[in-house]
Amino acid sequence: MTPPREPLFLARQTYRRRRVADAARLLPVIGAMLFLIPILAAGSGDGATTARGGIYVFVVWAGLIVVTATLSRPLSRRKSEADADPKETRP
Amino acid sequence: MVGFNALVLVCVAYVAILFGVAFGADKRAREGLPGTAWLRGPWVYTLSLSIYCTAWTFYGAVGYAARSGLEFVTIYLGPTLVLVGWWWVLRKLVRIGRAQRITSIADLISSRYGKSNLLGVIVTLLAVVGTTPYIALQLQSVTLSFSVFAADRQEGFELLDLNATALWIAAGLALFTILFGTRNLDANERHHGVVTAIAVEAVVKLLALLAVGIFVVWGVAGGPTEIARTIDASPISDWQMNGGRWASLTFLSAAAFLTLPRMFQVLVVENVDERQLATASWAFPLYLFLMSLFVVPIAVVGLDILPKGSNPDLFVLTVPLHFDQDGLAMLSFLGGFSSATSMVIVAAIALSTMVSNHIVMPIWLSLRSDGASMSGDVRYLLLISRRLSIGGVLLLGYLYYRYSGGGAALAAIGLISFSGVAQVLPALVGGIFWRGASRNGAAAGLIAGFAIWAYCLFLPSFGPEGVISDQIMAHGPWGLEWLRPQALFGIEGMDPLVHALFWSMVVNTSLFFIFSLVSFPNPLERLQGAQFVNVFEHSGATRGWTRGRAQAEDLMIMAQRIMGGGEAQALFEAEALAQGKESYLPDTTPGFIERLERELAGSVGGATAHAMVGQIVGGASVSVEDLMAVADETQQMLEYSSQLEVQSEELSRTARQLGEANKKLTQLSIQKDAFLSQISHELRTPMTSIRAFSEILRDGGMDEAAARKYSSIIHDEALRLTRLLDDLLDLSVLEAGHVTLHPQPDNLSDVLDRAVAATTSVGEGAGIEIRRNPVHEDIDIFTDTDRLAQVFINLIANAAKYCDADTPRLKIFVTKRAERLHVDFIDNGSGIPPESQAVIFEKFSRLSDQAKAGGAGLGLAICREIMDKLGGKVAYLPGQGGAAFRVTLPKAPLAAG
Repeated sequence: MTPPREPLFLARQTYRRRRVADAARLLPVIGAMLFLIPILAAGSGDGATTARGGIYVFVVWAGLIVVTATLSRPLSRRKSEADADPKETRP
Repeated sequence: MVGFNALVLVCVAYVAILFGVAFGADKRAREGLPGTAWLRGPWVYTLSLSIYCTAWTFYGAVGYAARSGLEFVTIYLGPTLVLVGWWWVLRKLVRIGRAQRITSIADLISSRYGKSNLLGVIVTLLAVVGTTPYIALQLQSVTLSFSVFAADRQEGFELLDLNATALWIAAGLALFTILFGTRNLDANERHHGVVTAIAVEAVVKLLALLAVGIFVVWGVAGGPTEIARTIDASPISDWQMNGGRWASLTFLSAAAFLTLPRMFQVLVVENVDERQLATASWAFPLYLFLMSLFVVPIAVVGLDILPKGSNPDLFVLTVPLHFDQDGLAMLSFLGGFSSATSMVIVAAIALSTMVSNHIVMPIWLSLRSDGASMSGDVRYLLLISRRLSIGGVLLLGYLYYRYSGGGAALAAIGLISFSGVAQVLPALVGGIFWRGASRNGAAAGLIAGFAIWAYCLFLPSFGPEGVISDQIMAHGPWGLEWLRPQALFGIEGMDPLVHALFWSMVVNTSLFFIFSLVSFPNPLERLQGAQFVNVFEHSGATRGWTRGRAQAEDLMIMAQRIMGGGEAQALFEAEALAQGKESYLPDTTPGFIERLERELAGSVGGATAHAMVGQIVGGASVSVEDLMAVADETQQMLEYSSQLEVQSEELSRTARQLGEANKKLTQLSIQKDAFLSQISHELRTPMTSIRAFSEILRDGGMDEAAARKYSSIIHDEALRLTRLLDDLLDLSVLEAGHVTLHPQPDNLSDVLDRAVAATTSVGEGAGIEIRRNPVHEDIDIFTDTDRLAQVFINLIANAAKYCDADTPRLKIFVTKRAERLHVDFIDNGSGIPPESQAVIFEKFSRLSDQAKAGGAGLGLAICREIMDKLGGKVAYLPGQGGAAFRVTLPKAPLAAG
């Protein structure tokens, strides 16, 4: 089956939304890398303390939350105009 | 100190409030009262996800931190990453869940792989085995927290058996779950009551943990800097990081977040709108963030203040109690109670749906030999089986708690359970992203992963008295060292959890891939695979049934039994209406059967619905040919539209040609009119003089010289008429194609000589000077040279007649090209205006009104016809400084005829 053809070039707004979606896809990868960095630090044997490590983890965590919140706004707006499942509206 | 009676009283009051909340929310949603929109909003959804944070989290995280420092946080990092990456997986899962009316994780796996009930059963068993210890863990934590309050009491509570407490809790939870979890049969519908109650519990446990944390940081330690100092002074000040465990646990918690039956229930099944997911993508990580913010402070303060040997899993309770903060301790107790109960409720709902849809219903179906259309209320049966399943699941949890002794650390059980259900991950992720994933692959991967998990992690957790003895742990079964449960293939020194996770996932994923690659899926599998993987392109557009011999009435009877009379009738009526029928019974088109099956799947799961519909339709499920037919239809549509495109292009091309032809025709018609008046004039002039002079001759009375003169005038005029008629005749013969050619060898120079001689000798051509180049003209040709000479004569005569220069001159050039000869006739007159160049070769076309002898406007038309017959052509050659005509001759000998 050939998938329905999509236009090759998009209007500015659609283009922007696609790039936001790209960013949303990349985010978990970046997050995973940041969360795994302490493994490298631990390998050096330099006594990292729980307090400092904790601050690092929580700062990264908070940053991820803020960025995700920023990205989720335009992405959810896009959904609002998407096709609603007709089944949901049936009583 | 909190009294036992007060504790029980608060507990009962809290449960009563929860019942009230659930009842109220259910009622409001059911009656569609105003102000229920927030029930479907993103916040209730986000809070309902908090069932991820069970009592294990509430109590266990602090204990975990007290034992291994920061590592506890990995349990929350995994889910955070999954939600942050919602655009990848969760969005697709939710879309699939809604498109396919998925009821549980087992249903998703079974539906994806061709509605295979085998896979449904495997996943259900896996979920039951993996979840039972987890439920036991919740019961244990609640009873432990009761015992904390009872520890200082000498009378009353202590006399009570802890097992009895656990039993009462289990019974209460079963009652709540049955009341609010099995109200509606359609598992795909939202359980508003349950979800709202869970949202309330989520708030309670977050507030409780935050309150204890704030109390510890500002009330006990005296501020953030002080708590940092306490951390540095504590036994867990050094970050003893185990990189393998850190990465594995992050992965494991992410996998479990997707595959835990209860998480799937709230994430996918209870989801009503993808926008909920967008909010939860950051709000739930924030919830987890807040839940874990104070874990380390509570742990270090507990280690610092409480006597050595006290259970760190209960620090959340014992630290406030130590400072006689009874209210805070009570809040904390309720938080733990909330964590435990909400998890058990949702897990019981999810498991009961799976057990009744994938185990009870198939067995019942196979027992009834007369098929799904026989008597008996399926709804009632389903509800009973759900309720019994809920009771059974809780009973299993209680029994596990009772006989495992409840000794192991909370966190250990939790992680074992996680790695058990994580075995579903390859089949799940492979199923939604890879069309090649097949049923055999999923089954092989699941069974192998499950077996390794059980052998390496689950069974050893029972201790040496259980299935796996010390002997086997140390030397392997039958003395096979490479099969030791915690050192498979002789790789020692790995953490047991990491070891089991690594081997089970590697073997699971490998077998999943290998068996998928080598097996050939059946048509239904391929259909479902395409629908799952391409869910964003076409949600439920393809069909899985061919037109069978299903009777609409049979289908309706069955649908009523499962969905209830009203809903089934509404569905059938709507379908009949859409088909343009006025009755309740629509035609059983494949599309309708597909829709009906999907509706039923919302109640009994994909595999059972498929089997039931199959019994009525007669097993006429989809075949490879049908799949190809569906694909063909799409292909044909595409081809058809591209054909249309081509056709419309052709049409516009034709229209353009027609327009041009029309323009030419109009022009010709005008010319023809002009010619007719011309030719009547041409005919009339000689006729008039013939008539006049013949009258004079008839009257007589003139001398002989005059008579001869008049007769010769009559003769000349008659000749002129004859010539005109000859020309017309000649042209019509040529055009009709009746002309016979007489090809003969000759020299082009000779032909030209004859033509020039013929024109210059008759006087009218004498006035023009003709320049030629005899060397170039010396070419042997083989053609009808008489006809060719006629063309040349015509062109030379034209030049002589129409060249308006003072000293008319005609140049004749002969040039040789690869395949043909050009003979150009170029005069030094003013030439032919561009607008006339297109029509000069048409019949009856004349450029001027001046009537020169014989100029009927047929000469060039005749030339063109002749050259056509000779295989060459004659054309006007613009831009030569005068009128110029090019005669093109083929070099190849003219074919005879």
